[in-house]
Amino acid sequence: MSSPLLSVRGLKIGATVCPPDAKPHDIKIVHGVDFDVEAGKVLGLIGESGAGKSTIGLATMAYGRGGVKITGGTIFMNGRDVLQSDWRDVRNLRGAEVTYVSQSAAASFNPAKRIMEQVIEAAVSQSKFSKSDAQARAVELFRKLDLPEPETIGDRFPHQVSGGQLQRCMTALALCPEPDLVIFDEPTTALDVTTQIDVLKAIKEAIRDTGVAALYITHDLAVVAQVSDHIMVLRQGEMIEYGTTDQIINAPVDEYTKALVSVRSIDHKEKPPSGEPLLRVQNITARYRGTKFDVLKDINVDLHAGQTLAVVGESGSGKSTLARVITGLLPAREGVVNFNGRELPPELANRSQDDLRELQMIYQMADTAMNPRQTVGTIIGRPLEFYFGLKGAEKQKRIKELLDEIEMGDGFIDRYPAELSGGQKQRVCIARALAAKPKLIICDEVTSALDPLVADGILKLLLDLQKVEDVAYLFITHDIATVRAIADSIAVMYQGEVARYGGKTEVLSPPFDDYTDLLLSSVPEMKLGWLEDVIANRKMQSGGN
Amino acid sequence: MHPILKLVAQRLSLGILLLFAASALLFGLTEILPGDAAQAQLGQSATPENLANLREEMGLNRPALTRYAEWIGGILTGDMGNALSNKLPIGEQIGKRLGATMFLAFWAALISVPVAILLGLVAVRYLNRWPDKVISGSTLAAISLPEFMIAYILIFVFAVKLGWAPSFANVPPDMRLLEKLHSISLPIAVLTMVVLAHMMRMTRAAILSVMQSAYIETAELKGLSSFEVIRRHAFPNAVAPIVNVVMINLAYLVVGVVVVETVFAYPGMGQYLVDAVVKRDVPVVLTSGIIFSAVYIILNMIADIVSILSNPRLRHPK
Repeated sequence: MSSPLLSVRGLKIGATVCPPDAKPHDIKIVHGVDFDVEAGKVLGLIGESGAGKSTIGLATMAYGRGGVKITGGTIFMNGRDVLQSDWRDVRNLRGAEVTYVSQSAAASFNPAKRIMEQVIEAAVSQSKFSKSDAQARAVELFRKLDLPEPETIGDRFPHQVSGGQLQRCMTALALCPEPDLVIFDEPTTALDVTTQIDVLKAIKEAIRDTGVAALYITHDLAVVAQVSDHIMVLRQGEMIEYGTTDQIINAPVDEYTKALVSVRSIDHKEKPPSGEPLLRVQNITARYRGTKFDVLKDINVDLHAGQTLAVVGESGSGKSTLARVITGLLPAREGVVNFNGRELPPELANRSQDDLRELQMIYQMADTAMNPRQTVGTIIGRPLEFYFGLKGAEKQKRIKELLDEIEMGDGFIDRYPAELSGGQKQRVCIARALAAKPKLIICDEVTSALDPLVADGILKLLLDLQKVEDVAYLFITHDIATVRAIADSIAVMYQGEVARYGGKTEVLSPPFDDYTDLLLSSVPEMKLGWLEDVIANRKMQSGGN
Repeated sequence: MHPILKLVAQRLSLGILLLFAASALLFGLTEILPGDAAQAQLGQSATPENLANLREEMGLNRPALTRYAEWIGGILTGDMGNALSNKLPIGEQIGKRLGATMFLAFWAALISVPVAILLGLVAVRYLNRWPDKVISGSTLAAISLPEFMIAYILIFVFAVKLGWAPSFANVPPDMRLLEKLHSISLPIAVLTMVVLAHMMRMTRAAILSVMQSAYIETAELKGLSSFEVIRRHAFPNAVAPIVNVVMINLAYLVVGVVVVETVFAYPGMGQYLVDAVVKRDVPVVLTSGIIFSAVYIILNMIADIVSILSNPRLRHPK
């Protein structure tokens, strides 16, 4: 048997971190990892954030972000030790033998240069191809990746194509120099599900047709199951489990892998609506100032006390704009919002303190929603002071109650946001919203930035709190699994309109309208061959029409 | 209309508006200055009677608005009037002086701008290593010293001790170019040292902030060399802030050279203005002032327009 294309042994990676209030010190990110990638095969690296996936991927190109350093082990690529190579060899390796596809193509393309120039740059500067050959090859790749107008799309600037298209251009960029290995680092994570499926298909076919090997990094097991031959599960810089894709998905051995496979285990029965709705959104039409385009068109939805309405849709569907209208940040052009039996003034400035108190909001980025210079106690205490005038011991008591409610305990009172994990930060934001004793909390993608297991914990917490506090949630998300876990009723939004609306079971059961069908069928399932099935199904349908 | 044309037109009209505002401000400020040209000319020998006569003769008694309108009208029709003190036509005088100042500014800019940008690039390439430290440290030292101090040090070393360059920067019109350059070599050196640090540090900072971008990582992972990454990927995206600081410094080279011109007795705008202020020669002060304002506004407008043009989103809308 020939030696593998990439062979990593005992890889140790560390970094020097400089926290604001402490001396710089060294931390360990990866503690000795071994793996091989055979020529033409795909290895999936899976794990939560902080598991060291990207760090390992970049290390194979002898690259470390910021203060990241490779502290031990060997990396053999094409039989050559990457870590012992001088800079000239490293430069010949990068962009020629190993290439990289990042999560955000939008950020990874230079905004000042045309796409073609960037796609062929590595191939030309490494003298693998002449300029005209590289261009011909790029056009061929554009065609293979199903990009529109493959002949001329390279003449555009990155901002002139859509996110999904740019992600495919990034794949073309990586494949253009005919590398032996491509590192895909969460290439579809930033995309909508309906876009993700196209990009996934394009990547999979490109890998198959060019015979290139790949390291596919993602946190989404369902996605990696579609493209890889083997999967390695990582946690906190250590390998937890390694096996064929089939084994990892269908017969995981390690407890952690089992948890990853069975994530989103919440079984939530929908509650039937009763009585008058708490929130009535009636005929809302809205547009942003200075534009001539309605972002929301005639929206009608109801939400009952103590229930959850999930507003689901892709980026640009208007779901966050709906939240802005309800909170008064964007006054509607037409229509009214009824809340708790009264009509809410459209403008935030005209709303009473009770209007503000009873309607709270939690955001996607807990990081930026908190003042980094305030302690957890100050953050949660502020609404207590502002709405209820609580002070001193009374306030402290209530803060402790709230911290207990979010399952964190009063040891966190004097901590700063920077000292909390992502999930803990989001919990503090939930406590801050609850402190106002609201009737309705608008949750805008609150679990999207979190790892699946952590997100699962947040959803469970939200459901528990709903039972105790009888609070209603308007839950904005793009993730169907989250919707299944938490919703009582669902509004599917598409291009500023409600495409489908009703109780959870009703909305998620056939017969579907075209858009909901597309949306639901695009959600990756943890099943081998799912991607092929969906694509075959769609071809059949479009052939039948 | 193409959005770029619209933006450029906006900038242009804004510039013109700003120029009018500056003229009003200048006029207002000279109005509240204590004393006037009549007093300055008569000095000790002023009696209430001959003061009144001279004011009448100079036209200082008419209402401020009339004088402002006359002045603006004159400038718009190209007639800048005569100086109060020596009755010479202002336009002609300023023409000579402005030419001299521009000559000095041009050569100082020609040297300092490329050197500053190059040093900035080098500093980024060798970030936190000795070339970066030497460049940052020495340019900071140069900007921290007052200009006259640098000027006198250079005069002491190169004019007095070594005798390589004259300490008086005299450029009569019939002089050959090379001789002129030799004559103004010390003022050029002083100005270069003063503006270099600002431009170099700004270039360094602008490129450094671009270097944090994800597309720089992409470029590095393509196997490009450090200089190529900076030149091809970082620099084009740092153009806007760099042009901004370059323009501010060019404006300074024209407007802020009073001290240097005085030290080297160079017959430029700065000296002319200082002289006019002493004599309370309001028309000269106003006209010099408005020319300085125009230089500032035009250069900053160019910086704005270049920033707009350097943004591909504006150049190539969807």
